[in-house]
Amino acid sequence: MSNSTEKIEYVSYLDYQGKYKGFLSWIMATDHKRIGLLYMYSIMTFFFIGAFFGLLMKIEMLSPGETIMKPQTYNGVFTLHGILMIFMVVIPGLSAVFGNFFLPILIGAKDVAFPKLNRFSWWIFIVGSIMAVASQLLKDGPPDTGWTFYAPYSSQTGTNVIMATAAAFVLGFSSILTGLNFIVTIHQMRAPGMRFFNMPLFPWALYATAWIQLLATPIIGITLLMLIAERMFQIGFFDPALGGDPLLFQHLFWIYSHPAVYVMMLPAMGVITEIIPTFCQRQIYGYKAVAISSLAIAGVGFLVWGHHMYTSGMSDQARWFFSLLTFIVAVPSAIKVFNWITTMYNGSIDVKPPFLYALAFIFLFIIGGTTGLLLGSVATNVQVHDTSFVVAHFHYIIFGGMGFAFFAAIHYWLPKMYGRMYNFKIANIALVINFIGFNLLYFPQFIIGVEGMPRRYFDYPAQFQPMQVISSIGGFILVAGLILMVFNLVKGAKSGPVAPSNPWNGSTLEWTLPATPSLENFDEEPVIKENPYDYK
Amino acid sequence: MFSNASNFVNGVDSAFLIITGISVFFLVALTAAMIYFVVKYNRKKGKPAVQIKDNSLLEITWIVIPMLLVLYMFYIGWEGFLPMREVPKDAIEITAVGSMWKYEFIYPGNKSSDTLMVPLNKAVKVNLASKDVLHGFSVPGFRIKEDMVPQKNNYSWFTAGELGDFDVYCTVYCGVSHSYMNSIIRVVTPADYDKWLKALPVKKADNSLGLKVLEKNGCIACHTLDGTKSVGPTFKGLHGATIDVTTAGANRKLTVDDAYLESSITDPNKDIVTGYPPGVMKSYKGIIKDKDIKLINEYLKTLK
Ligand code: HEC
Ligand SMILES: [Cu+2]
Repeated sequence: MSNSTEKIEYVSYLDYQGKYKGFLSWIMATDHKRIGLLYMYSIMTFFFIGAFFGLLMKIEMLSPGETIMKPQTYNGVFTLHGILMIFMVVIPGLSAVFGNFFLPILIGAKDVAFPKLNRFSWWIFIVGSIMAVASQLLKDGPPDTGWTFYAPYSSQTGTNVIMATAAAFVLGFSSILTGLNFIVTIHQMRAPGMRFFNMPLFPWALYATAWIQLLATPIIGITLLMLIAERMFQIGFFDPALGGDPLLFQHLFWIYSHPAVYVMMLPAMGVITEIIPTFCQRQIYGYKAVAISSLAIAGVGFLVWGHHMYTSGMSDQARWFFSLLTFIVAVPSAIKVFNWITTMYNGSIDVKPPFLYALAFIFLFIIGGTTGLLLGSVATNVQVHDTSFVVAHFHYIIFGGMGFAFFAAIHYWLPKMYGRMYNFKIANIALVINFIGFNLLYFPQFIIGVEGMPRRYFDYPAQFQPMQVISSIGGFILVAGLILMVFNLVKGAKSGPVAPSNPWNGSTLEWTLPATPSLENFDEEPVIKENPYDYK
Repeated sequence: MFSNASNFVNGVDSAFLIITGISVFFLVALTAAMIYFVVKYNRKKGKPAVQIKDNSLLEITWIVIPMLLVLYMFYIGWEGFLPMREVPKDAIEITAVGSMWKYEFIYPGNKSSDTLMVPLNKAVKVNLASKDVLHGFSVPGFRIKEDMVPQKNNYSWFTAGELGDFDVYCTVYCGVSHSYMNSIIRVVTPADYDKWLKALPVKKADNSLGLKVLEKNGCIACHTLDGTKSVGPTFKGLHGATIDVTTAGANRKLTVDDAYLESSITDPNKDIVTGYPPGVMKSYKGIIKDKDIKLINEYLKTLK
């Protein structure tokens, strides 16, 4: 890009020298790309810690009775696994990493609307994460409530619930501020000529996500504060012994935590919507339908929380109401799947690792989504609610969906983030291992869930053992695949061959930039296409 | 699948089968389409991509068809569920009390058991209660599940259609021994059930909710349960007994009933039991809820 007539000389954002040097040049950075990478490093670290705890559980599940740990330890382990994975990995996940890195670029902006606020969001994220880790180490012992913190157990147990909920409370602010930043960025920072309806679909998905973050997260914040107040001052919000109502907690908790599922999933769908057209060299089928379905999912997604509570003793009317809406929210997701697959029709399909991950995503997402129908239907929910069926279902959605989309995204954008390329062959092998390991790990849990195996069980009846063992073996295979994948990516980013600026022949704005963008992304005014997916 | 274990199995299992069938159809069809496209339109074949215009008719089709399907799935799910809320009037009522980490099943006549024995082909309503935190009452073989929420009157019901034992699991996480909180439902013939119920001893006192209230409020500090005199009169045999009291300075005899017990708790100095000083016991008006006073009364009735 460095053209002798240009005034600004091109310097990669990775080499840029600002006020700070070395480590400080990262943690003091306001560049959205560096912040995106900071999130990625922290989230990947938490992910592997969380996966390690997941593996400990899988070892414990190898046989009934005590295998490697005591029940109280096990309860702490699944609680920590949940808190780490939900609040510190998948909720920030795609939007904090790839949203930060690519949202401004995709809309032709130099940065997000509030770069310093963005840096502050990451700092809060780290403070919250440190608090979450502290909750494990303080003297009263790791919290043992599960990540759902259901009252009144959470207001009675003697463990470090206050620290853990305070951590989730703080982490929530990071999410709220990121959402706010993205909304303003999308409204205010689009390059001239970039309207809403020629904006790429990943920004669309981030836009819908950001509204959920902004509107729903305060509810969990208040709820957790109420729980803390109940524990510290005996104010009876949720504990019946103090005159409180435990169902109130569940309602408040899920009013946030159900939309939070879409905070994880919408950006994942957005990523897939970028990848499929590129590797098919075909414009996305049904651009408007995909864009609007993101908003529809976000909107209806606010109204379905009660499907987590069919057996809680809610009124019968509430049960059918939430069931009906739950089924309706399935439709926009189905539309997206149809559009992705139709986009492949008559394309010129280049089967590269990002595309393979996208295919794996679609397959796992269909399983996750359709098993969600069994949970949304009241009759079948009664059978599978609170069993390992639910565990399998949400891992198919969150890990098979959001996780595989994250892997797809990193294989897609790594050349733009680091200017280098990874080894395709190893990437494909890792993908196959991950796919097999994943299905072995979670599919058996559908089966024993239907048979009644409750979730969060330290011990279980012997009849469930064969499936538990298969599941544990799958866990080991999956972790092996993940390690291979990360090894390949790290090696590629550090010392892989230098990547061209547009290795996949993508049509969105990031591919018009040099292999690693400069600090301000666009040293010249970007040219905005009338159709972002124009592959001619 | 489709056993006769309970009257709900068929409704739930047909909903399960239909939804799973539709799901598997879409999974297979969409996966096949993906694989077919990837092979057919592979770049290696050298054919350039053809850009296709959006077709609104096609898009409306795949909005309308899934919409109809989900509405149908919603409906069969609701239809399979509704009977679970419609308890027949002649159902036997049993109360299941969950506490960390056991179930107790209380039968009419205040008899209690740790397994749920039920007669074949008779409707049984299970009232669900909890003494401490949330618990679950899950019977996978019967396709029923409902949470046990303290101070909330949840219920479940079923008619068992097959003899045998069925697992009961606690499905709502309740602390360290959560996974050891389970029991069984044993379905027996009506004759065996009657025999068993007759032989079942009246509930041991120390499991009562009323006792909990007494313990929580420190009543046991001054009142014994075994007949010995303490700071206050013993509770043993109190209910129904005829006692001497002083009311507004005058001696009188009265028979202890619910109303007297209640006034003794909320206004202890109104009637002073002969032989005991006034003013020792404080008024628990507003401290103990009416509901709990009833529990105390129920419990005192069992202390013969
Ligand atoms: C500090 C000691 C003390 C405590 C604590 C106490 N009581 Fe009493 N209670 C007494 C004394 C002394 C009497 C007898 C004098 C009277 O009738 O007021 C009495 C009388 C009674 C009587 C009437 C007994 C009879 O023979 O007619 C009832 C019923 C009773 N108490 C219930 C309770 C309950 C329920 C609690 C707990 C909520 C409680 N008490 C707590 C001291 C106590
Ligand atoms: Cu329990």
